Amino acid sequence: MADLRNNFVGIKSPNPFWLASAPPTDKAYNVERAFKAGWGGVVWKTLGEAGPPVVNVNGPRYGAIWAGDRRLMGFNNIELITDRDLQKNLQEIKAVKMAWPDCAVVVSIMVPCDEDSWKAILPLVEETGADGIELNFGCPHGMSERGMGAAVGQVPEYVEMVVRWCKQYSRMPVITKLTPNVTDVRKPARAAKNGGTDAVSLINTINSIVSVDLDSFSPNPSIDGKGSHGGYCGPAAKPIALHMVAEIARDAETNGLPISGIGGITTWRDAAEFMALGAGNVQVCTAAMVYGFKIVDEMISGLSNWMDEKGYRTIDDFVGRASRNVTDWQYLNLEYITKARIDQDLCIKCGRCHIVCEDTSHQAIMKEKNGVRHFEVMDNECVGCNLCVNVCPVEDCIEMVALPPGTIDERTGRVVTGKYANWTTHPNNPMRKSVEPAE
Amino acid sequence: MGEGALKDGIAAGRLGADQYAANFTDLHPPLDRHEAFVEADRCYFCYDAPCQNACPTSIDIPLFIREIVTDNPLGAAETIFEQNILGGMCARVCPTEQLCEEACVREAAEGKPVKIGLLQRYATDIAMAAEAQFFTRAAPTGKRVAVVGAGPAGLACAHRLALHGHDVVIYDARPKAGGLNEYGIASYKAPGGFAQAEVDYVTAIGGITIETGKILGEHFSLSELAGRFDAVFLGLGLGGVNVLRADGEDAQGVDSAIDFIADLRQAADLATLPIGRKVVVIGGGMTAIDAAVQSKLLGAEEVTMVYRRGKEQMNASGFEQDLAAAKGVTIRHWLAPRRIVVRGGEVAGIELSYMALDPAGALKPTGETTIIACDQVFKAIGQTLSTDGEGVQLAGGKIEVDAEGRTSMPKVWAGGDCATGGDDLTVTAVAEGRDAAESINRTLMGL
Ligand SMILES: Cc1cc2nc3c(=O)[nH]c(=O)nc-3n(C[C@H](O)[C@H](O)[C@H](O)COP(=O)(O)OP(=O)(O)OC[C@H]3O[C@@H](n4cnc5c(N)ncnc54)[C@H](O)[C@@H]3O)c2cc1C
Ligand SMILES: Cc1cc2nc3c(=O)[nH]c(=O)nc-3n(C[C@H](O)[C@H](O)[C@H](O)COP(=O)(O)O)c2cc1C
Ligand code: SF4
Ligand code: SF4
Ligand code: SF4
Repeated sequence: MADLRNNFVGIKSPNPFWLASAPPTDKAYNVERAFKAGWGGVVWKTLGEAGPPVVNVNGPRYGAIWAGDRRLMGFNNIELITDRDLQKNLQEIKAVKMAWPDCAVVVSIMVPCDEDSWKAILPLVEETGADGIELNFGCPHGMSERGMGAAVGQVPEYVEMVVRWCKQYSRMPVITKLTPNVTDVRKPARAAKNGGTDAVSLINTINSIVSVDLDSFSPNPSIDGKGSHGGYCGPAAKPIALHMVAEIARDAETNGLPISGIGGITTWRDAAEFMALGAGNVQVCTAAMVYGFKIVDEMISGLSNWMDEKGYRTIDDFVGRASRNVTDWQYLNLEYITKARIDQDLCIKCGRCHIVCEDTSHQAIMKEKNGVRHFEVMDNECVGCNLCVNVCPVEDCIEMVALPPGTIDERTGRVVTGKYANWTTHPNNPMRKSVEPAE
Repeated sequence: MGEGALKDGIAAGRLGADQYAANFTDLHPPLDRHEAFVEADRCYFCYDAPCQNACPTSIDIPLFIREIVTDNPLGAAETIFEQNILGGMCARVCPTEQLCEEACVREAAEGKPVKIGLLQRYATDIAMAAEAQFFTRAAPTGKRVAVVGAGPAGLACAHRLALHGHDVVIYDARPKAGGLNEYGIASYKAPGGFAQAEVDYVTAIGGITIETGKILGEHFSLSELAGRFDAVFLGLGLGGVNVLRADGEDAQGVDSAIDFIADLRQAADLATLPIGRKVVVIGGGMTAIDAAVQSKLLGAEEVTMVYRRGKEQMNASGFEQDLAAAKGVTIRHWLAPRRIVVRGGEVAGIELSYMALDPAGALKPTGETTIIACDQVFKAIGQTLSTDGEGVQLAGGKIEVDAEGRTSMPKVWAGGDCATGGDDLTVTAVAEGRDAAESINRTLMGL
């Protein structure tokens, strides 16, 4: 049996599945239900400074996009940080941590970007006995208009400064939560590291307008006919998050910095992918908001079975195993030559591979053979792009097969060498160097 | 003597009013909006879609289903009506399991085709309820065309001719237009007066006059019509019924299945329709199934279909056979009628010969016989052309036509059940009527 116990910057939890700071972690009621359901930890919904709490809109605050059969693919919100009283939250955090000592309780914080504000709140949080803090530098709407959230997260100097204060005025582990609304996520990550952060977590939500009401011409969610950009998350955001996690994991300056992976995680497989790219644990928001807390059962069972199957005893056995395989385009092997292969027994003859290759790719799939409907790849045209694989409705019906060394690529007439060769040394590259290995 | 269902002989009012109503509602209830979205989502938007190729009217099925998914049902209806102006009836009566849905790639993938018929009904119902008309007539050409027969073939032909700017007069022998849509299709496939509503929808394009109670061969001849009009289209269907050639055929209680169904379709009150307690239907096609099922639904206690060959040779589709079985009809194979057992001038039973194929493959009686006791016998052994062709050349009992629907007579086209080529189905009749109209248009306009 795989051991799912997680130790993230000294914070222990029975499994690597935490709930991200968001409505599922807004109060003791939800958090206790989550722990009962089996979640390993929570990051409490972001606390603000003492005084009257923020107010949320009273109209709709969420929006979504759907795939077929109304399966939710992307989720968007214009919600702010907690709109509950600070003292009430602190009391509940303390009580919950006391009742659930084995589960991780991390507190998310966002206060104005000045030293006094941070100095004021940190001891209050520390007093709850919480396991650590997460700095919310990500909220892309509302709070950012007030100079907080993403407004801080987008300026590396501010990130470094605030992290420094937190390390100075608190003994708790600090996790810095990054915004994806930047051109290069490595900059704020490096800044957080320079400030002394224990870890980064990412991603927070992405700036978005989820849809437009074509009757009222208001963006959705519509508040009395007007809308504002919101934060986008859920399955559709996962690829963006994976990339950002990988960039930080393989950056020379931040390599080795613990990462809590967030963004679109819905199944055990998503979680395993984040961890393979370097995340030491994962956080989930949308999937819980769409299906309820029970989904953690599937995540635990799926991850555990996969680890057993692969022979990984602990999570550390596979964390980061994929990050070493993330490289720059220029280092990809141009001598790796693939062709699409259609399994005729699985093919249901929908013709989609043919039409997409014909209309938009390389005219490499025939639609007829001996006068009958038949779909087959013509190696002399196929560039191995994978489009047909992506559109085929039958799983594993089309496979990309690498040509073995010594065979001839019928498209180019060249013999497959089986040797590694990339763009940096390619004759067509005006800036080519002599042979250089991959990173 | 029993009452209601158990009453011997041929009797009306076997069931209560609720039971009649329940038995004769929609066989396949329509999809609601949610169901339509879920189902439409299953379509893969195939290239050169097999379903479309299997549709005799070549409706662009992937496109209309995509229009449903994107909540554009009127666009979907337009896509359907462009190819098949009787898309509403076809959505209800097409044997989809032998046409588009049999070809659907999801049939190959998982044995569950996309429910194309029901989706087609969803879109066309919305358009017809909204009285949305998608086609406007071309400028008047001054040409006049006579269409004989207001069935699916005649209506589809008339609509397409009107679209091209020609004026059309449809003559039909019956008191109502619609052909077998009105008089033949099983009542649970198109309830609620749909056939007449569709006639109105089709003729709303304008330029089409329908004259009912006008019989070719009685009120006018074909050559007369050809003289008065620029072209003539014959969509006569198959009005005659084959004779059984069995003793006792004229006994009280031996009826034509077609007439029985027509009476049923026209009945204002089903409780007034007499039906036997024990009914035997002779035949293996769609008409036999419909007569048998509807006998059962009218309250007959025992209904047996007898067919002279095996299950595989039956014209009725697997779906239709299963439907009959599910409704309690017994289907017996390899039995051919020998004589009607008559008692006091009324049917008392039917004697049947067991049949088999001889080594040469010919159907022969084995010598053994059996008797099924019954008080009513319906003949559903095929229909024939009711005219002698009025001078047009026949082939195999039908009007001979070429690929465009042209007959041997100049200025005369034909299509639908009365003409050679294609299956005897509503959708085929529509395709042939439409294509003949295109051919007529090309000829009249010198295109
Ligand atoms: C009982 C039964 C059930 C069926 N069920 C189905 C089904 O579920 N699905 C399916 O696809 N198909 C079904 N069919 C077949 C389908 O109804 C026919 O293929 C289709 O109606 C043929 O259309 P048509 O226009 O050629 O002829 P018809 O529909 O027969 O119309 C011919 C018209 O011509 C008129 N006419 C005939 N002679 C003259 C004349 N001399 N002068 C003037 N008018 C004349 C008739 O009154 C009639 O209105 C069924 C047929 C029967 C008999
Ligand atoms: C309704 C909603 C409210 C959120 N509120 C917060 C918040 O208060 N603090 C925070 O750090 N992140 C907040 N987030 C961001 C999530 O914690 C998480 O980073 C993001 O949703 C991506 O993960 P997911 O794809 O699993 O939802 C919120 C997200 C949602 C959907
Ligand atoms: S891999 Fe690309 S080029 Fe090759 S057959 Fe598929 S779509 Fe065409
Ligand atoms: S997309 Fe897949 S199932 Fe469809 S024709 Fe191509 S190989 Fe066959
Ligand atoms: S064959 Fe089936 S899946 Fe393909 S377009 Fe037709 S209905 Fe859709």
